[in-house]
Amino acid sequence: MARPISSATASAGRISYDGLVLATGATDRVLPIPGWTLPGVFTLGGAQIALKAQGCAIGKRVVFAGSGPLLYLVAWQYMKAGVEVAAVLDAAPLAAKLNLLRALPLAPGIVLRGVRMAAELTLRGTRVVFGADRLSIEGEGRVARIVYRDGGREHAIACDGVGYGLNLRSETQAADLAGCAFRFDPRDRAHLPVRDASGRSSVAGVYLAGDGARIAGADAAEAAGERAALALLQDRGLSHDSSRAAVLERALVKIDRLRDVLEAAFPYPSQWAPEIADDTLLCRCEEITTGEALRAIRDFTLTEINRLKAVTRIGMGRCQGRMCGAAAAELLAAQTRRDIDAVGRLRAQAPIKPIPLAAGLSIDARQHDPAH
Amino acid sequence: MTRRIDCDVAIIGGGLVGSSAALALRGMGLSVTLLDKGFCGAQASGVNYGGVRRQGRPPEQLPLSQRAHAIWPQLARLIGIDGEFLRSGHLKLARSAADMASLERYAAEVAPFALDLELIGHNQLRERFGIAGGVIGGSFCPGDGHANPRLVATAFAGAARRAGAEVLENTKVTGVTRTFEGFALEAGDVAVKARTVINSAGAWADNFARAFGEPVPLERTYPSMVVTEPLDPFLGVNVGIEGGGIYARQVTRGNVVVGGERAAPLDDPDYSRPRSDGVLAIMQRASELFGPLRHAQAIRFWSGTEATMPDRNPVIGPSATTPGLIHAFGFSGAGFQIAPGVGEVLAELVRDGRTSTPIDAFAITRFPPASQPDDALSSR
Repeated sequence: MARPISSATASAGRISYDGLVLATGATDRVLPIPGWTLPGVFTLGGAQIALKAQGCAIGKRVVFAGSGPLLYLVAWQYMKAGVEVAAVLDAAPLAAKLNLLRALPLAPGIVLRGVRMAAELTLRGTRVVFGADRLSIEGEGRVARIVYRDGGREHAIACDGVGYGLNLRSETQAADLAGCAFRFDPRDRAHLPVRDASGRSSVAGVYLAGDGARIAGADAAEAAGERAALALLQDRGLSHDSSRAAVLERALVKIDRLRDVLEAAFPYPSQWAPEIADDTLLCRCEEITTGEALRAIRDFTLTEINRLKAVTRIGMGRCQGRMCGAAAAELLAAQTRRDIDAVGRLRAQAPIKPIPLAAGLSIDARQHDPAH
Repeated sequence: MTRRIDCDVAIIGGGLVGSSAALALRGMGLSVTLLDKGFCGAQASGVNYGGVRRQGRPPEQLPLSQRAHAIWPQLARLIGIDGEFLRSGHLKLARSAADMASLERYAAEVAPFALDLELIGHNQLRERFGIAGGVIGGSFCPGDGHANPRLVATAFAGAARRAGAEVLENTKVTGVTRTFEGFALEAGDVAVKARTVINSAGAWADNFARAFGEPVPLERTYPSMVVTEPLDPFLGVNVGIEGGGIYARQVTRGNVVVGGERAAPLDDPDYSRPRSDGVLAIMQRASELFGPLRHAQAIRFWSGTEATMPDRNPVIGPSATTPGLIHAFGFSGAGFQIAPGVGEVLAELVRDGRTSTPIDAFAITRFPPASQPDDALSSR
């Protein structure tokens, strides 16, 4: 019998530390739409990793949908790799894109690169749609087409792969488990670990850098990581370059202003929660639909996200809410007519990722496992 | 502006005990205000293991336990959901001859209560339950089972609300005093007057008891649970082990819940988190006992705050110092099954001043009273 990876690689270890830099990154924010769990549907980030890390495309004729700078970047990368990109369906209306004019003086290079990508995609025959609404993905057993509404009319585009995502969400579980204080961040629509300009968290010796603390992109992550390292050196009385620290902080402030504009150009689609169909799968790990969540909210008069989790199992599965948590919070807020910050945040619990039970077995016990 | 409520009964603590009492009292037509500092059912009632088990309880708990036993199959009618209650049977395993002898002694001791205990040898364990590793026998209680603790208390509170109880969540009682006609409770911007008060505040109940001159040696314990990914059904019974160690059940969804060890409180002792060495020990024992778990993934750990008394029995009954005050707390990690019965008993105590179920063993007077009432809480 093949040796299962789970027990072959399982072992528990412990690393003690007196300083901790958390650079836990981000994953796509997914707001479930009908058909989002069909084979052939990837997150934008997943589609990018498949291409860049594995040299695979997610389909022969693909559509990218959602919102955020990654939408155009990944579509453009696929086009450059020779994949037919049938369409880019941007959830934000064209009017939102006018905000990019404000970003031009802040980061002309980035804005022009984005505009050039969109232009090149259009030239190569990719349909670029702004304000694409009511997305749904259809197919028997795998993706066959994506359906959307534009100005009240329904359209369908045949495809065999879909990349979907609406900006990014920070991976904050490690900061939560480390005891860091959190605060609601309106731009990211998420509760995020508190940090100062240098990256110090509320817990002495714990530093936060990059998208794991707040979405700001790769350039900011590089600067924030270096800045956090300088803070760590300073806190230990070691020599550090304080003028370099000041340069990094100024760079981060500038990027932050750019992010404000980008968020306006790729806004959260506030129509998602009121419009989403009841039979749409919300929590794919525990197979809970939007309708079941709404019923629980009504039946148990729920107002808080951890109670929604307790009653429905949303966020209790393998992903521990990393995939569905943001959507569940938006749904709860919309249903109870409260602001998104008022529904609370999912408390993180170990394990952050699933771990094999055999990790608890001693080496001896594993060697005597008759299954091996 | 202060909201004033006048009612027959104020209940401090919306766990399973308080919520089931609220529902039973509404059934008697009494007006009820149920106050919880957080969310109903979010503490021990919601974070316990979920065992619905009579087997293993001391004989003095069994009349109450039998009363609750009759309620569990009625949940759908009573609270609108079945709480994922499964009458799966409870199997207690023995790892040694001494432990098996202990199970045999227990079976003889509780024979008058008709738990229908069946003592089972090693071969039968393997054939009937698929359990092999390192056990020599067990005791099976076919009428016991398990349920989803996250749902049951929440649904009791919801049913009480629908039945007309005033359920106030995120409403912390900061002061309670005896008045001429009953009690006055302060809870933020809510002021409640009540003829009777039930103290079902769980791990926080000792504060209220102390305020009425009844200090109790309540201690907090923190359970530690591991949940696996959903697996094909292999464990049809709720399993415990004589002498402790681990306990395990498989829910209909397929996940296996394994408990054991203790979690550790955080800086704020209202919160706790499983210890990594404890979790690894649970995982090790579970994968040794159950073959199908050997290659399963643990996807979730949980902990919570429970209240325990030194003699492992709860406190249930009238206050010895204050007429109109009734205590029900300290369920010592075994309150889930009996709580719906406790709710009915409390309602009888409120209405009749007595109950048909023997509860003398749980009197608060078994702990020495203080010489002076401590008004720390009421003056806060």
